[in-house]
Amino acid sequence: MKYVDEFRDKALAKKLAKQIAEEADQSRQYNLMEFCGGHTHAIFRYGVQDLMPNNVHFVHGPGCPVCVLPIPRIDNAIELAEQGAIVCTYGDMMRVPASGKNSLIKAKAAGSDIRMVYSTMDALKIARDNPEREVVFFAIGFETTTPPTAVAIKVAAAEGLKNFSVFCNHVLTPAAIQHILQSPEVRELGQVHIDGFYGPSHVSSIIGSAPYDYFAEEFQKPVVIAGFEPLDVMQSTLMLIRQINEGRFEVENEYTRVVTPEGNEKAQDLVSEVFELRRAFEWRGLGEVPYSALKIKEEFAEYDAERRFAVSESKGKDVKGCECPAILRGVKKPTDCKLFGTVCTPDNPMGSCMVSSEGSCAAYWSYGRFRLERAKEAAE
Amino acid sequence: MSRMEKRFPTKINMRRGKVDMTHGSGGRAMAQLIEELFARHFDNELLAQGNDQAMFDAPKGRMVMSVDGHVVSPLFFPGGDIGSLSVHGTINDVAMSGAVPLYLSAGFILEEGFPLEELEKIVVSMARAAKDAGVPVVTGDTKVVERGKGDGVFITTTGIGVVPDGIDISGANVRAGDAILISGHIGDHGVAIMSSRENLAFETEIVSDSAALHGLVADMVAAVPEIHALRDPTRGGLAATLNEIAYQAEVGMKLFEEKIPLRNEVDAACEFLGLDPLYVANEGKLVAFCPAERAERLLEVMRAHPLGADSAIIGEVLKDEMGFVTMETGFGGTRIVDWLAGEQLPRIC
Repeated sequence: MKYVDEFRDKALAKKLAKQIAEEADQSRQYNLMEFCGGHTHAIFRYGVQDLMPNNVHFVHGPGCPVCVLPIPRIDNAIELAEQGAIVCTYGDMMRVPASGKNSLIKAKAAGSDIRMVYSTMDALKIARDNPEREVVFFAIGFETTTPPTAVAIKVAAAEGLKNFSVFCNHVLTPAAIQHILQSPEVRELGQVHIDGFYGPSHVSSIIGSAPYDYFAEEFQKPVVIAGFEPLDVMQSTLMLIRQINEGRFEVENEYTRVVTPEGNEKAQDLVSEVFELRRAFEWRGLGEVPYSALKIKEEFAEYDAERRFAVSESKGKDVKGCECPAILRGVKKPTDCKLFGTVCTPDNPMGSCMVSSEGSCAAYWSYGRFRLERAKEAAE
Repeated sequence: MSRMEKRFPTKINMRRGKVDMTHGSGGRAMAQLIEELFARHFDNELLAQGNDQAMFDAPKGRMVMSVDGHVVSPLFFPGGDIGSLSVHGTINDVAMSGAVPLYLSAGFILEEGFPLEELEKIVVSMARAAKDAGVPVVTGDTKVVERGKGDGVFITTTGIGVVPDGIDISGANVRAGDAILISGHIGDHGVAIMSSRENLAFETEIVSDSAALHGLVADMVAAVPEIHALRDPTRGGLAATLNEIAYQAEVGMKLFEEKIPLRNEVDAACEFLGLDPLYVANEGKLVAFCPAERAERLLEVMRAHPLGADSAIIGEVLKDEMGFVTMETGFGGTRIVDWLAGEQLPRIC
């Protein structure tokens, strides 16, 4: 397939693997956090770990959009559907566990009108086709999915659609990375060693590479903006290793075919026209993170489901024993969780990381669990 | 000359008419629909017996029987429709035992208000598929449900067939050391369906691979009777089929991504839909397992058949207590090819 296969080339991968092995200093470990689920998925789906020397470790970060949404927000979405609204959302959201073993897909089976859509335009169409019903778009995701939500709100306003609103859960990447770097586990306790970051690819195409400058400098960690193809991950690994070896901590851009320092200004303008910062937002795993999410501006209040409907304060908590919060912070690995692969599998997820193939538990289980067995066999 | 009263003074208006509740009531309207639509197109001796069952001599040997319900949406898609699909699907399920399929039954659940013109198109397509395959629809049933209680047409077909002597094909027969073969490109059907879904329509020339595979199977079992297992990778795609068999035979498998036939267009469509082609449905492909030393001969026979021209050897069966299906990726790493979790594409067949 043109324009994609080039980034999955085996011969190039071998060459890069050799270079990485040569340049990685055997006397030290390299702990590299990929923030994005897109990277996690690429690493597992293509078996990138097999091409790495054994002192290069991937630390899976929280950048899977469905993983970081806290249970109370999903409870709220179900509540909106139970009040009679048609709730539209992206497919991965359907199976994310809510309180009391509920989920959107279970609520749908129980009679709520919850529909999977591929784009915000589908949700608008459902609103046009059902003028007598309230239609709520359950908006989730990082900076990449925010502009389409802004467009939907503007289109609804322009058309005078009275039955369409957005339950906004859009979150911001730089705030979350900063939060991880400031966490006691990283800063004081030294539980998590992070030597460098793979910067988001799609997110950075919107916000640019400049927003990462601050924490590369402040926390003295190198960042390489990396594309989501496996060769991107390998090339970026080499770039991170070089920075670490040379004691540099810069923001470098591997994904130059898409990302510029300033990003997509048109999209940024669109987002700032419709949204503003929330003072704080709860992330699963990270807790309340200041200025880490967006809400709909007063001007578009009638399209804000939180203002339009009574949304209760859910106190929903993660399932007991679920290590998703620690896994999302990079403190624990999926295999450290007692539930992993025993009661929690992609068919019956207990925690959010086991739902989407971008979640580190699901990616590890679906693509990589043979490694666990091989390691056991090797140990015996 | 018979003095029987003429049952239906006027013909059903197939062009403008719609299915109504009387078409399933057991009365004259139902009899007329059966006569002017189903019996007319499915036309064969056993159906013409006009009884509630078809009567035929039982062939000697081991018989197989299989049933398949079809709920595909949309009803018409590039490369086929629910009618042809319901014939191919069941013939293939019968044929994957190595059997020669003999007869089909068809049960229709129609929704009130469904245009008779579309129903006729479906029945004509179904009759043609059955005729081309040489497997007649010998008995059937029609029910009508109220508007909103169905989705146009659902079709359930049952097939029976007879297995030739000396053939013993079962997933449980698969052994470590077997070669894994596939009869052509994967994912065509699923992508063709997706491309014609209302909320997702995209321009593509991909057509469904829907086809009856019993001719290919007959050639394969005649040339290589040692075949251990055959299966058609429909819902859940190649990945689901391999995992089913790995579990059934208590073996592991290793695939080579580069060997798996995949069209560029299907690869590209999967890329932007976020699908993995290994999990996308096929309706005209089969996976075969045979002893490694017979694999080249089997491949040759498969490639000689029009429905197997792009066949390939894609992997091998391994001894593995965990039953893992793994794949060496085109990138040079290894991953698991797991069961499908959740639903990837609802109502694909």
